[in-house]
Amino acid sequence: MQRKGKVTRELVLPSQLLGDTKKYKAGVGTFVEDGKIYAERLGILNIKDNVITVTPLRGKYEPKAGDVVVGIVIEVGAAVWMVDINAIYPAFLHINEVPWFVEVGNTSKFLNYGDVILAKVKSAGEPDKVQITLKDRGLHKINGGTLIETEPTKVPRIIGKNASMITALKRYTNCRIFVGRNGRIWADGTPEGIQKIERAIRLIEREAHTYGLTERVLALLKGE
Amino acid sequence: MSESVVSEIKRKYMHKLAQANKRIDGRSFNEYRPLRIETGIIKKAEGSAKVELGNTKILVGIKLEQGEPYPDTPDSGVLTTNAELIPMASPEFEAGPPDENAIELARVVDRGIRETEVIDLEKLCIEPGEKVWIVFIDIHVLDYDGNLFDASSLAAIAALLTAKVPNERFDMGEDEPLPIKNDPPISCTFVKYGGVIAVDPCLEEEIIAEARLTVATDKDGNIRAMQKGLSGSFTIDEVRKIIKAAVDNGARIRKILNESTGRENGKEN
Amino acid sequence: MSKKPEDLKLIDENGRRIDGRKPDELRPVKIKAGPLYRADGSCYIEWGNNKILAAVYGPKETLPRHEQHPLKAIVNARYNMASFSVEERKRPGPDRRSIEISKVVGEALEHIILVEKLPRATIDINIEVLDADAGTRCAGLTAAAVALADAGIPMRDIPVACSAGKVDGQVVLDLCKEEDNYGEADMPVAIAPRKKEILLLQMDGHLTPQEFDEALELAIKGCEIVSKLQKEALLEKYIKEVGRENE
Repeated sequence: MQRKGKVTRELVLPSQLLGDTKKYKAGVGTFVEDGKIYAERLGILNIKDNVITVTPLRGKYEPKAGDVVVGIVIEVGAAVWMVDINAIYPAFLHINEVPWFVEVGNTSKFLNYGDVILAKVKSAGEPDKVQITLKDRGLHKINGGTLIETEPTKVPRIIGKNASMITALKRYTNCRIFVGRNGRIWADGTPEGIQKIERAIRLIEREAHTYGLTERVLALLKGE
Repeated sequence: MSESVVSEIKRKYMHKLAQANKRIDGRSFNEYRPLRIETGIIKKAEGSAKVELGNTKILVGIKLEQGEPYPDTPDSGVLTTNAELIPMASPEFEAGPPDENAIELARVVDRGIRETEVIDLEKLCIEPGEKVWIVFIDIHVLDYDGNLFDASSLAAIAALLTAKVPNERFDMGEDEPLPIKNDPPISCTFVKYGGVIAVDPCLEEEIIAEARLTVATDKDGNIRAMQKGLSGSFTIDEVRKIIKAAVDNGARIRKILNESTGRENGKEN
Repeated sequence: MSKKPEDLKLIDENGRRIDGRKPDELRPVKIKAGPLYRADGSCYIEWGNNKILAAVYGPKETLPRHEQHPLKAIVNARYNMASFSVEERKRPGPDRRSIEISKVVGEALEHIILVEKLPRATIDINIEVLDADAGTRCAGLTAAAVALADAGIPMRDIPVACSAGKVDGQVVLDLCKEEDNYGEADMPVAIAPRKKEILLLQMDGHLTPQEFDEALELAIKGCEIVSKLQKEALLEKYIKEVGRENE
């Protein structure tokens, strides 16, 4: 799997045999049957410290505690908001988890259907009981700007190594950008800048794991 | 890519863009999305066409069967249009009998074709009062990214223009082209939001649209069918502007239609 | 199986079938992964004169909530024929045949989806037959499996289906329309190819136990050929994102 110290980006399909449990440990994106490790999803194979994992190329956002995500309020309850975070299940935002004093039944005065928030995943033990919070630095209700949707699996590429890609996006468009871990990107600035960001993101989506991507994105950003 | 929640900030952003004379996908307000028409793809159908309008994809199949004419038109064939908004095309579409949206779509497509007399129904009479051809237009929406009206009516017309009467299947001799009487109307749909009017709305624009107007025009620039939708309203001036734009766009779309169905420009069968 | 006209020969003196194929030959199969924009995963298949689209939505939270399964995902398959996909126009909407096919195809696919990893969720599978010419359930299931992989659904195999049957006393692979109408047996088979598990098995007609063995072996052979095409279609789509160094 190693080539000149660089990990090859091997595409694997569900049910593809990846290794033996005598030699490797089975990580996320894999399953074990009779001592053999198989890919459970379409994705990219990674082998690190004898652990085999598969990074999916498609699929919903899988919440992890500590992730900062961009959510859209889809239901307003008496003491809780249901928030779409681009995962399989909506997340819960309890009135104790917001930086305002909210009386039970008074929730819609603070956050209403369609409102957008920058929130943090508080706990994600069970995928269908994800709790998010607004009680931390930098978390808030979002006003202005717009949202650009992408595949959650493409987020690391959109941020880039040491945030190189996102820094370039900001520099060449003069926009404010925040990339939620859940594949929702908030951007604010001139319409031209935002449309440039969207074009760059579509390029990254199409060629996410190819070499020389950064150069091509820079050319797009500078070229227009 | 399957959800269609339009957040409050995106709605506001699209209004802001409108003030700056821009659309969410970078088009101008009078710009149609790329259009592709492909005909003759379904072997079992007497006529078929697939239309791709941006990401919207529609498949229309034409079937001809024999049946009784309506009592008030005993020597005339029968035209029936049906639309299926199948769950494949959108997470919001549900399985089941056609809902009001599917019925409105089918009726609007039907009206343009019927009122322009695209098909020569009188030539579809087999025995007056007894047996006539029934033309079934079935609209199958495969991928929904806005503007089903225009894409469906174009697909229906392209399928009709290339359809055959299946004489062979009924032991009545050789198949022959479906008799076409008049040049088809071209339907052009506009939506209004944030004080602007945009042609060929994409899905996001349809979701935030306040009002919608579809205008079908013939090759001479006359109006052949109209349908206003949604709870918002238009001023009389806006309607006039839309009709003018429908005629202009219609001429461009008609060219693409004629090229893809092998008809010469303006030729009447 | 209908009564065969007296003078109709389904296999000629050279052992060729009515459409020129050898007994163990498939019709041409073409598969494309991900042709649809809205669906989470999709696939288009042409199998002989069959043209079929499959789309997958989900996994998403099962609604209404009282229908959720607390331990696993619900798999809903819907097989539907376009009214213009058959010789005589079909009335739109489900009939008893398509409801049955939806059920057996859905059950076959559920077996290979890791449903226990997705409690309270639903996966919707839509199969639309656009042009029908015998073998639509096999082609539809094959396309649906590719659409599931394209949607990133966790699964333990990529299932595949193919039929075998008997015409003019001869066991043959992948029946065409005339063979389906006038042959002696048709047997659609779906397998999980990795362990050769049988996921779907239907048969109508008449087979001796020996002929069944032969037909099953042939069907599995057909499945294995189509399985390669499924994988090629998925690689073809995703290799662009990953770069060419895989080749």
